[in-house]
Amino acid sequence: MQPFVRHVGKAAALPRTNVDTDQIVPKQFLKRLERTGFGPSLFHDWRYRPDGAPNPDFELNRAEAHGATVLVTGANFGCGSSREHAVWALAEHGFRAIVAPSFADIFFANCCQNGLLPVRLLAREVDELFRRCRAAGGEYWLTVDLEQQRVEDGLGFTAPFPMDPYRREMLLRGLDEIGRTLLEEPRIAEYERRRAAGTAP
Amino acid sequence: MIPRTLFQKIWDAHVVHRLPEGPALIYVDLHLVHEVTSPQAFAGLRLTGRRVRRPDLTIATVDHNVPTGDRLVPIADPVAARQLEALERNARDSSVELFDLRSPHQGIVHVIGPELGLTQPGMVIVCGDSHTSTHGAFGALAFGIGTSEVEHVLATQCLVASQPRTLEAHIIGRPGTGVAAKDLILALIGQIGTAGATGHVIEYTGEAIRALSMEERMTVCNMSIEAGARAGLIAPDETTVAYLAGRPRAPQGAAWTRAAEQWKRLRSDPGAEYDVGVALDAAAVAPQVTWGTSPGMVKDIAGRVPHPSDFPTAAEQRAAARALEYMGLAPGMALEGLPVDRVFLGSCTNARIEDLRVAARVVRGHRVAPHVRALVVPGSQQVKVQAEREGLDRIFREAGFEWRNSGCSMCLGMNADILQPGERCASTSNRNFEGRQGRGGRTHLMSPAMAAAAAVAGRLVDVRGWTLADLPGSLELAS
Repeated sequence: MQPFVRHVGKAAALPRTNVDTDQIVPKQFLKRLERTGFGPSLFHDWRYRPDGAPNPDFELNRAEAHGATVLVTGANFGCGSSREHAVWALAEHGFRAIVAPSFADIFFANCCQNGLLPVRLLAREVDELFRRCRAAGGEYWLTVDLEQQRVEDGLGFTAPFPMDPYRREMLLRGLDEIGRTLLEEPRIAEYERRRAAGTAP
Repeated sequence: MIPRTLFQKIWDAHVVHRLPEGPALIYVDLHLVHEVTSPQAFAGLRLTGRRVRRPDLTIATVDHNVPTGDRLVPIADPVAARQLEALERNARDSSVELFDLRSPHQGIVHVIGPELGLTQPGMVIVCGDSHTSTHGAFGALAFGIGTSEVEHVLATQCLVASQPRTLEAHIIGRPGTGVAAKDLILALIGQIGTAGATGHVIEYTGEAIRALSMEERMTVCNMSIEAGARAGLIAPDETTVAYLAGRPRAPQGAAWTRAAEQWKRLRSDPGAEYDVGVALDAAAVAPQVTWGTSPGMVKDIAGRVPHPSDFPTAAEQRAAARALEYMGLAPGMALEGLPVDRVFLGSCTNARIEDLRVAARVVRGHRVAPHVRALVVPGSQQVKVQAEREGLDRIFREAGFEWRNSGCSMCLGMNADILQPGERCASTSNRNFEGRQGRGGRTHLMSPAMAAAAAVAGRLVDVRGWTLADLPGSLELAS
């Protein structure tokens, strides 16, 4: 996994709530056998008109969103289906961090598995980011620092964000979680023995 | 001893090790696998030279992208076929049991687990699918995971997880005739919101829950994820034990007696504390219909489409306005009477035998409205066989429904069963997201009885009043 320590990148605003993973990657694109190739399907039905032309009304199609690597969006982002394809698509499109007031649980876990940093800020802080992003008209940059657990714009906005120590460590070091768990193999085997003997807790 | 919740007991019994940074290594008793979220996990194992640690605790089936038409016709979609072949190969190479399209036990993963007796009280069950919460109806801690975690469970039979909080949803009273389990859970989601239970495991308690059949409990737990919950739980009781008795994969003989005794004792201790509590009076719940593009956008069938200004925050107002535009609805419109183009009876929420029986009872002796195309997709091949044994297929066919083979079908439209742009669908599934059933399609979620009535009437109707006025003889909808 690609480590995440600190990222400086252009922000794009998607001020919508309850963005579900069916919107992030519609189901017709879930038939691939690989983890790659999902970038072009990101937000497909919002991004493209039925005839395939880009939809100029969609927030991320506007010129000011081009090249953005930090997505600022509404509450309960990533709700619905567990499809990790949604995270693969966001990452492949170039996003490195998602800033929102809240995330759906499975989506949050999927982000952390892929080095895409989910950043929880207060709703009023996210509203402030929407405002600043709009006012900047296309060149609004954010620094997302996992080590300091802080988001800043260098223009006075600064906010801390929570991240549990386990996930923080995994992300900072880009660790292979399976490899780490396999180090606990003796404990797993011991648990299985106790279970089989009926003496598990 | 400190009184513990049902959740806490199951959690404690599955902690292999507490990691120094906080989360726990949790042991998984049953890992269900399907074709869409597993290929990258198996590929990951191959890449790293790892193997499936416990193939005996891993069960695979095909459901998400399978066609529901004639099983003898080759699959028309080559990409879907490739995904099915990949699962076949992966299952074979890893010695994982697979219920494929040729199997009489194939079906939606959350229908066949319980049906086979694989799902049992006290277990930890995971699957790369958010509706894994369904299995919580048995008092199993069951939740959806992403593909990276699928790979983790395949390789280690464990999952690294932080302990979720608990939410008690206490449902008192008895629902009226024509009010289904689906209405209870939709009403609850309407009350607490689609993120109302994020980070929590819901335990459903109260007399309304105790009175539900196993299949109704599955409908309730299934939609826990639609309230944002990590999982839903219902304590096992006599109903649970009676359901599991004699199921092919349930314990047999002395092991069964021992297990059944243990299961009946598995419940929250008196005085156990939950982090949050919510209450609902089942007697006050009317049949529910969603009007928007999120399951929390729901109203009584007698209700009217809300105005965006009815909502407290700017974000909710924007979401409501957007939903109304997508759904082709205007504020103040009555939900009852809204014409429908399609009806879908299916999904892991509502495609079990009891669902089909209730729907058939509504449909019997009637015809699907001429402008409506209606579809029944049984949740499993076993449900299909049972329904055919009872003659339900004849009732549906004679009424003008299409009678299909099992799969997820139009719940998520990964196969050929999709809505056309602008089509309005009365659906027994679980998500009314934009484009979920087909790009531009407009989904209204409701119970099987309500969907069946909508098929006949050609519009959304209150199955209670409609039943009494329009059906010959007396009709008891609630079983």
